[in-house]
Amino acid sequence: MFTTTIAQNCQYSLKGKISDFHDNSSIIGASLQIVNSNKNTITNFDGSFEFKNLCKGKITLVIKHVACESKTISFIISKDIVKEITLEHHLEELEEVVVKSESKSESTSIEKSIKKDIITNFSDKSLGDALNTLSGVSSLNTGNTIVKPMIHGLHSSRLLIINNNVRMFDQEWGDEHAPNIDMNASDRIDVIKGANSLKFGSDAVGGLIVVRGKKYARKDSLFGSSLMSFNSNGFGGNLNSEIIKSYKSGYYTKVQMSYRRFGDFKAADYSLTNSGLENINASFRLGYNSYLKGFEFYYSQVNNKFAILKSSHIGNVNDLVTAINSLEPRVIKEFSFSIDNPKQSIIHHLGKIEAYKRFQGFGKLTFQYDFQVNRRREFDLRRGDLKNTPVIDLRLVTNSIQSDLQVKPNDNLKLNIGFLGRFQQNNPISTGYRPLIPNFDKFDIGLYTIGNYSLNESTELNAGIRYDFSKIKARKWYNITDWNETYNYDELFPEFETGTIAGVRIFTKPQYTFHNFSTGLGLLKKINDDLSLFINYGLANRVPNPSELFSDGLHHSAARIEKGLLNINKETANKFIVSMERNNNNFGFVISPYFKKINGFIQLIPVGISTTIRGAFPVYEYNQIDAEIYGIDIDLNKKINNRLDYYGSISLLRGKNTSENLPLINMPAANFNNKLMYFNEEFKQLSISITHKTVLQQNRFPDYNFFTLDPVTQQDVFVDISSTPPTYSIFGLNISSAFNEGKLQFELNVENLFNTSYREHLNRLRYFSDELGRNINFKIKINY
Amino acid sequence: MKTMKTMKTIKLLAVLFISSLVITSCGDDDVIEDPNAEELITTVTYTLTNGSDVVTLKYTDLDGEGGSDGTYAISGPFTAGASYTGSIKLENETESPAENITEEIEEEDEEHEFFYTSSLDCTFCSLVIDKTDIDGNGNPVGLETSLFFDTPATDGSITVVLKHEPSKPNDGTSADAGGSTDVEVSFNITVL
Repeated sequence: MFTTTIAQNCQYSLKGKISDFHDNSSIIGASLQIVNSNKNTITNFDGSFEFKNLCKGKITLVIKHVACESKTISFIISKDIVKEITLEHHLEELEEVVVKSESKSESTSIEKSIKKDIITNFSDKSLGDALNTLSGVSSLNTGNTIVKPMIHGLHSSRLLIINNNVRMFDQEWGDEHAPNIDMNASDRIDVIKGANSLKFGSDAVGGLIVVRGKKYARKDSLFGSSLMSFNSNGFGGNLNSEIIKSYKSGYYTKVQMSYRRFGDFKAADYSLTNSGLENINASFRLGYNSYLKGFEFYYSQVNNKFAILKSSHIGNVNDLVTAINSLEPRVIKEFSFSIDNPKQSIIHHLGKIEAYKRFQGFGKLTFQYDFQVNRRREFDLRRGDLKNTPVIDLRLVTNSIQSDLQVKPNDNLKLNIGFLGRFQQNNPISTGYRPLIPNFDKFDIGLYTIGNYSLNESTELNAGIRYDFSKIKARKWYNITDWNETYNYDELFPEFETGTIAGVRIFTKPQYTFHNFSTGLGLLKKINDDLSLFINYGLANRVPNPSELFSDGLHHSAARIEKGLLNINKETANKFIVSMERNNNNFGFVISPYFKKINGFIQLIPVGISTTIRGAFPVYEYNQIDAEIYGIDIDLNKKINNRLDYYGSISLLRGKNTSENLPLINMPAANFNNKLMYFNEEFKQLSISITHKTVLQQNRFPDYNFFTLDPVTQQDVFVDISSTPPTYSIFGLNISSAFNEGKLQFELNVENLFNTSYREHLNRLRYFSDELGRNINFKIKINY
Repeated sequence: MKTMKTMKTIKLLAVLFISSLVITSCGDDDVIEDPNAEELITTVTYTLTNGSDVVTLKYTDLDGEGGSDGTYAISGPFTAGASYTGSIKLENETESPAENITEEIEEEDEEHEFFYTSSLDCTFCSLVIDKTDIDGNGNPVGLETSLFFDTPATDGSITVVLKHEPSKPNDGTSADAGGSTDVEVSFNITVL
């Protein structure tokens, strides 16, 4: 009797068919497994499957297919069931339709993402401003428009910025060179703090910033959006429009354009004369997507024109002292839209073509060619006929080919093998000034293998290794006294001499070859449904950039002479980072401590004074020391009630020059952010939030202050270039709402609500002026 | 059809890549031209004349920033109780013939001003340096000056500062004028 009951209760069947979510085609060979049983099957030629002899009760079915996201569904079995199940293709192919919002670039990677809504929020600001909202990310600014992102205190050549799978080369070595990216062209930005970066390079000492577009669903549609913004501070704004056409056949195309214009900005108490900007950007995308193959063509052009605060143009160290000691900038004029000298004008072209093909039973092969042309012109105050000639005019052309092969020997193992070849050429264009960066050619070859292994349901491992070869060939003139006496290069590098000498100048051809190995290890352990532990280790090697080797000249806005050194060697970093993440709307957190040991850390520090016909200048030289950077990033979110959420974050960081037992220069100070957000979905998606940010005074800085003789007064004056500005707190208010099913969105922001005057020690213009005062910002977005 | 497209794409890629290599990789062995520092001021000459008594104060730094240090050439002592007329000349001697930068300053005199200060090691003595020329707006420029040395001094200095885009008029000091410094040179002098 008893056994009969069981037999009767285990007579049900589950039949069904599995098809592609996008085009309804049958998925053949998908594996189905009932959890906690030995029942499994595979879909047949028309995508159908059947389980027989199922018992009454709840079953959980896991469906896997090599090209799709795994899917888990539960059923209550009380009768025979027929079910149609759809699977989604891999997120890398069809990112838009993958609803899993927390997807990462690699599952073991420690990273943070900025989604389209935040990008929209910062539509009229820069990439650096948007990333600044993430814990552990800060920025090195020149004024308020030139914003360089910093991860854990590292920036410039130590961060790789990947724009649509293309590594950006836009003279990124310079402290006052912001990335030439129009954020409006992107749909998601990931900041990878951990180690999963080998695919893009071996030199991500600081981390990676990955700017992504998205791919579009295979359906016939035409949609787009336009955004307009207006700001009270700077009396300007932004206009961005994009339109996307996609076809059921798999083709899609997107055109996007943006225009941004601001006049002089205002600090709390005065106008910042000559601080406006003008940007015109456009991007075009054309692609074809299918499971077996696809391609994408992408081209973007960024035109940036940034005015640089008039008062920051100074002549010598005594002018700098005057600027530091006066409370206000030297030049304060009426508001104006004009962009006068000093200014930067940059055009960046980026184009790529990427194609992939899947070979059955083998893997997926991707090939990409990309090119970039960067023309950077910096204008200064000059005399006579040279007034409109830039002082820096550099053209950098970069060509790369890369290919990646992805194979999956079994369900648990994924392998990527890749190759990269790159050729780069820098051309200084005649400015009537000795170029800061000389002519150089650079060749790179890279090879990598990365493996991803699922140890079990809850544990994933990632390991990779990469080899890079780099060759730099430069051509440069030196002052003979510098070559022979100051730096002793005639004995250190006789092989660079060419025998050509003209007057007091010697022509040289410095050449370098580097071999680098780097590795990455990642571990993900899922502790329970919403709690995960990530552990990352990375070994990164960075080849010195041309400015570290060859810089040679006066840097006006800094009133200093900057000198690269030919004996600078590569920098080696060992990075450890751990992250405990609880992904939960009611109460979630990320606690992420890190430690970086960097040997041969290249820094630019003052070494003495040089007297010129313009007076005295501090001389800054690149040197190498051992450094340690460690800290912790903490993020919290807590639901207070149905409508009210709290978000908070803290970043703490210490940078140490262990060779000289000094703090590291230009490290971000401890800072914390709080945000209280009210959200009412039913009432026009009304959201009101109050934000707060406090940055503590940086008390750990190396003291490079010095005395210099003021020949006018014949007295020694103190040059306080190191001391840091005091702690500041700023508040903000954000109100947004959507009408007509989200087709029309409004947003009102008040930044620096209380018009606080403050200075930030990571702003290169902090000697000259305060940060921005209050700004009221209004945005309208229309989706169609 | 699609294979055709892929083929075309691959061909296009090949052409792009090869052409970029060809365009960018020529001329490796050429000596590139040493860019002239056109704007460089290498030489400041301050000539002071009292009849046949001519004193020149000269500062020269031919290789600009860095390299070897600048050199001073002071032709001789000044005479106590004498008035001198001064005229200043700026040159770029890396060009041949030397470029006269004073002319550029004359053309843009509203955007430039020289400032002269002195210190003398003596009691109750003074050296007053007056600017005797004016720009289009009636403000001093300082290309032409007059000086009077009243008493002897064993040691002293004259400092010449040229400001670009100073505020004009100003209170006569370089500190008040602001602007960016194009020249700042101190000469050691003696008055017999």
